[in-house]
Amino acid sequence: MQTPDNTMTEQLKDTTDLKKTKATDPAIESGLKRLTRDRIKRTINQVLEKETGPRFKAYVETCMRCGLCADACSYFLSNDRDPHFMPAAKVKNTIWKMLAKKGEVSKDFLRQAVRISHLECNVCKRCAMYCPFGIDIAYMMLLVRRICHKLEITPQYIQDTVNSHSVTLNQMWVKDDEWIDTLQWQEEDARDEFEDLQIPLDKVGADIMYSVIAPEPKFQAGLIYQAAAMMHAAGMDWTMPSTPGWDNSNMAMYTGDNEISGRIARAFFETAAKLRVKRVVMGECGHALRSVYDMGNRWNSWAMPPFEVVHALAFYHELLTEGRITIKEKYKKKVTLHDPCNVSRGRGLHDKARQVVNMVCENFVEMVPNREHNYCCGAGGGVINCGPPYKGERMVNNKNKAEQLAATGAEVLIAPCHNCHSGLEDIIHHYGLEMEIKFLGDLIYETMEKKIYTPGK
Amino acid sequence: MNSFIAFIMGPMVWISVIIFLGGLLIKFFGIIWSVRQKEPYIFSYMTVRHSLRSIGAWLIPFFPKSTRLRPVYYGVSYLFHILLFVIPLFLASHIVLINEAFQVSWPALNNSLADWLTLVVIAALVFFAVRRNMVPEVKFLTAATDYLLILVVILPFITGFLAYHQWFAYRWMVVAHVLSGELMLIIIPFSRFSHMLTAPLTRAYMGSEFGNVRHARDW
Repeated sequence: MQTPDNTMTEQLKDTTDLKKTKATDPAIESGLKRLTRDRIKRTINQVLEKETGPRFKAYVETCMRCGLCADACSYFLSNDRDPHFMPAAKVKNTIWKMLAKKGEVSKDFLRQAVRISHLECNVCKRCAMYCPFGIDIAYMMLLVRRICHKLEITPQYIQDTVNSHSVTLNQMWVKDDEWIDTLQWQEEDARDEFEDLQIPLDKVGADIMYSVIAPEPKFQAGLIYQAAAMMHAAGMDWTMPSTPGWDNSNMAMYTGDNEISGRIARAFFETAAKLRVKRVVMGECGHALRSVYDMGNRWNSWAMPPFEVVHALAFYHELLTEGRITIKEKYKKKVTLHDPCNVSRGRGLHDKARQVVNMVCENFVEMVPNREHNYCCGAGGGVINCGPPYKGERMVNNKNKAEQLAATGAEVLIAPCHNCHSGLEDIIHHYGLEMEIKFLGDLIYETMEKKIYTPGK
Repeated sequence: MNSFIAFIMGPMVWISVIIFLGGLLIKFFGIIWSVRQKEPYIFSYMTVRHSLRSIGAWLIPFFPKSTRLRPVYYGVSYLFHILLFVIPLFLASHIVLINEAFQVSWPALNNSLADWLTLVVIAALVFFAVRRNMVPEVKFLTAATDYLLILVVILPFITGFLAYHQWFAYRWMVVAHVLSGELMLIIIPFSRFSHMLTAPLTRAYMGSEFGNVRHARDW
């Protein structure tokens, strides 16, 4: 019988060049208490040997320790170029040591590994564009999170969202009847503005299934209103599912709980299949796109998603260029645009986003760097989902983004991604930037011709 | 002693070339086999076009945006990597040896130019070593093996340079040159020098993910 071994720290000096980590997160601490030396070793070796392959081996063997990834990372740039925050250093302080010690690492080491992988990396993959060899460090940080998940030491707040996914198939414990109520409430409200507007539920054979992330019905229901208004004005044949599978978000993807992550994506695709829609349109969320366009489908053995997945940015572009929605009067204030990693670097929608912004706004100014090279919001990749206990340090780690935003002199910041939106809002308040933050949909809704669509006309 | 020298200057050259080429070849097929066994999905995302697009973009000096942020390092690095191949392959005395063995030859570099370029390579390696010790983020990653790798590359160039000038101990310098060259060739497949094989592969995969799936640029 194995008993928890508290003397491991003394025996294994594997944390010598790590920063001191305070024990603050109850989920991590109680998880660490349960761990035995044997289980740590077995789990690490199982993940690194059985769940990886030549790709991981090549990444570990190919890195020449050149340090060029450093310039890519917002954490490094925000912390006065502290080497601990450089992408390769994060690999050194997690993966390399796990490999060198063949999984025999201490609990202090693991506490640090949770911190590095969950709180000091947004898995935005900007560093993959700075590594001359294209080494995917985000993939390795997700592997570390996978190990932490299997050791049950995932930070409390994000683990709670995964628990919610597991029980309800949505991220925010939204109950089945609350979901339908919210949609009907928004429909009713919207009818004051648009006669006969409908949010069609479970319309089998519709062209489009519209999907959102759970925070929208939970506390941003107005976004569903706006989307319905656009669908209505554009005369689209659309529907929303009334059953679980409506939420396209996927926090399990970020905690390394691949099994639940796969379940979420599968339920989503099955819902679309049940409704026999032609394509899936999704709201302004980045990680949700990563789940249903890139990662969730792979776990379910689809090389590419089984449905055409259209992110809001591409959908707005389609509505505006096809003239289905017309802009009554362009937005006047000076705007700038943030490029979320999962829609620009992850889906190449940055140019379409700019075209939309220019169609909607009069005065657009670029932030520098931009497009694929834009700095991370500092919130995505599950970092903001680790919750309020870590907000203070997140603000420190986002200094670089705050400086980039301030330099634009824009009055309005457009952030077409939920995670970015929440994180950037925190940055704006913390650093006292004179900026409003909006979704692109907010601006389209504000400026568009509020046509009342009548079927057949 | 003479038979040892004869071995170093004769059969050992061929042995090291065979280990170098054979080692990389085995490594390459090992990777392909292992990808088929464990990660066949990699092949479903890789395309020739996007692989070459990414490798090509990163071969053009200062084309990738991030390389322009570090002009000195990348300038030295591009130059070093080109010369690492050009000097040994186009050195007159090397071509003479190959001609004796295989009766093939090709145009050689002018000797004094090659001499200067050798100094450039040595200077580049010194630069890498100094940078490892000076730049905090690089120093953080650096272990003793990183200096050892630099030593392994710098030795054939230093000994070759000294042998060419015949300043002292010419005969021993030639032996040292051949020996260090062999050492470098043999070490390549078994060390991180094998990035000459794996880096194009990781680049090709990332290039394919970016080009084929993400519809974005990775440079």
